[in-house]
Amino acid sequence: MSDRTPERLTVFKTYKLYVGGKFPRSESGRVYEVTDSKGNWLANAPLSSRKDARDAVVAARKAFGGWSGATAYNRGQVLYRVAEMLEGRREQFVREVAEAEGLSKAKAAAQVDAAIDRWVWYAGWTDKIAQVVGGGNPVAGPFFNLSSPEPTGVVAVLAPQKSSFLGLVSVLAPVIATGNTAVVIADERAPLPALSLAEVLATSDVRAPLPALSLAEVLATSDVPGGVVNVLSGRTAEIAAPLAAHQDVNAIDLAGADEALAKELEIAAADNLKRVLRPQPVDDWSATPGTDRMTAFLETKTVWHPTGSLGASGSSY
Amino acid sequence: MPTTAPTASAAAHVLSDVTASDAALRRFLHGLPGVDAVGLEARAASLGTRSIKTTAKAYAIDLAISMVDLTTLEGADTPGKVRALGAKAVHPYPTDRTTPTTAAVCVYPDMVAVAKEAVAGSGVKVASVATAFPAGRAALDVKLADVREAVAAGADEIDMVIDRGAFLAGHFMKVYDEIVAVKEACGTSARLKVIFETGELSTYDNIRRASWLGMLAGADFIKTSTGKVAVNATPANTLLMLQAVRDFRAQTGIQVGVKPAGGIRTSKDAIKFLVLVNETAGEDWLDNHWFRFGASSLLNDLLMQRQKLATGRYSGPDYVTVD
Repeated sequence: MSDRTPERLTVFKTYKLYVGGKFPRSESGRVYEVTDSKGNWLANAPLSSRKDARDAVVAARKAFGGWSGATAYNRGQVLYRVAEMLEGRREQFVREVAEAEGLSKAKAAAQVDAAIDRWVWYAGWTDKIAQVVGGGNPVAGPFFNLSSPEPTGVVAVLAPQKSSFLGLVSVLAPVIATGNTAVVIADERAPLPALSLAEVLATSDVRAPLPALSLAEVLATSDVPGGVVNVLSGRTAEIAAPLAAHQDVNAIDLAGADEALAKELEIAAADNLKRVLRPQPVDDWSATPGTDRMTAFLETKTVWHPTGSLGASGSSY
Repeated sequence: MPTTAPTASAAAHVLSDVTASDAALRRFLHGLPGVDAVGLEARAASLGTRSIKTTAKAYAIDLAISMVDLTTLEGADTPGKVRALGAKAVHPYPTDRTTPTTAAVCVYPDMVAVAKEAVAGSGVKVASVATAFPAGRAALDVKLADVREAVAAGADEIDMVIDRGAFLAGHFMKVYDEIVAVKEACGTSARLKVIFETGELSTYDNIRRASWLGMLAGADFIKTSTGKVAVNATPANTLLMLQAVRDFRAQTGIQVGVKPAGGIRTSKDAIKFLVLVNETAGEDWLDNHWFRFGASSLLNDLLMQRQKLATGRYSGPDYVTVD
């Protein structure tokens, strides 16, 4: 008997997709290798197929009624809860962001803190956005004319390149704050069409899905109903195309698409008149975001309500 | 196995002795081989893993649409709703007229006349549930009156429920006589589907016995369930019934149809059932004369999948009717 204690084997984490509140593997069974900024292997991430995208849309559609019907106050509480849960796993995210983006510990920590604060910021907005973009309109007639914002529906979100966590939170939180449900593609820059998969995986960019997949785990434990946020990892171009053409997706945020892909997706999205948010250059994700990302995915419902006497009988309310 | 193809009358002779008395019928039904539940479920599950793609999928979807008994069996059914259902059965996807019609619409007896008018001239049949559906707890006279009313109103098919209480109590002859009486009330104009409510029969052995009982009594179709209980059609119980109709034809030469009903909501599920049919009963049953789906929401999913195959884009519930 040797008295040497055997070296402990590290328990590796299996990163999975997040669809309908569950953590499935990709329907296709495919994975790809995720490496850190120096090219060291970190983990295998699922390489989603278009069927995973379809399943995610079904889950998002199913969740839409409940989430959009929840009170704005309740949604605010849930979003705040996400921030609480993230705070508890801050160290993990700092490590993942540092590895993904090649940042120093301190810079990564600043990114994570900003992302947590962003959840709180949007949590505050859930029950205030209606007062900002809605209201009573003066009209030339005996009517109350009231406009109120309503969520657009199922929104496909291409998470931004370069900022794997803060950028992701900055595009995701405003979508769900107003009652939309989201299908997020957590991938980096769309590969040039000619580039082979192997070359794509060799680039530094594919490290990014890990923080997004970890975020899904936080969402699952923080009262966000299953299906409100669905996270897919894989090749953006492969998953985004069926989402852009999908007749049951109401809007698409192209934040993570390059120019050529954005154009292609916008053409596909025109078929069912999706709302499209074109990619906008963002230098600093930590800057105050304003309300634009929330209002991009809101519809305005206007109600005309008669005032004063009604009809010949002269009755009034 | 008979060496020559038997005629229907000869077939009646083959098994006529088993229905001669209550004791003989019980002996025959209890003499049927027991069902290997684990094996049955494993077989059904393994057949469900077949991958059906592209042209085969397109064929399967069109076949499944043509096999749908579009059903509305609610207390809140109105003539307007039945007319809308009839219109949908005739033109399931109005903007694409290559879509096949469904096999039938399935309604309560008092709506048969309305349904008949709605599908007139289209070849879509009108099926009516009868015999105090879904519980079947009424006197035989009442049940027969129910059937006659539906047939008189023009129903092409009658979906009857068996008396599960009598079946479970072992009164097989009572169930048999009731089916025979209903079959007689159907006359020559209506085909008879016999619903066993498999979810209430407890065991696979009982489902096998009920299948044989129904076929011996002259059912044109055997149907899993009413859609009104917790457990409805499953691949396993449908597989079991498909085995029964296959064996029955082998022994008697009489072909009987199968209709799983309730709980089949997606195209994927429907295609799994078609695989079961093909692999168990055979190609002869891959026709809406011999196999049906009792469903309502299934049709929308089939239509969305059909559009996906035609256009390459995923469709959504906004593009099919809400019913």
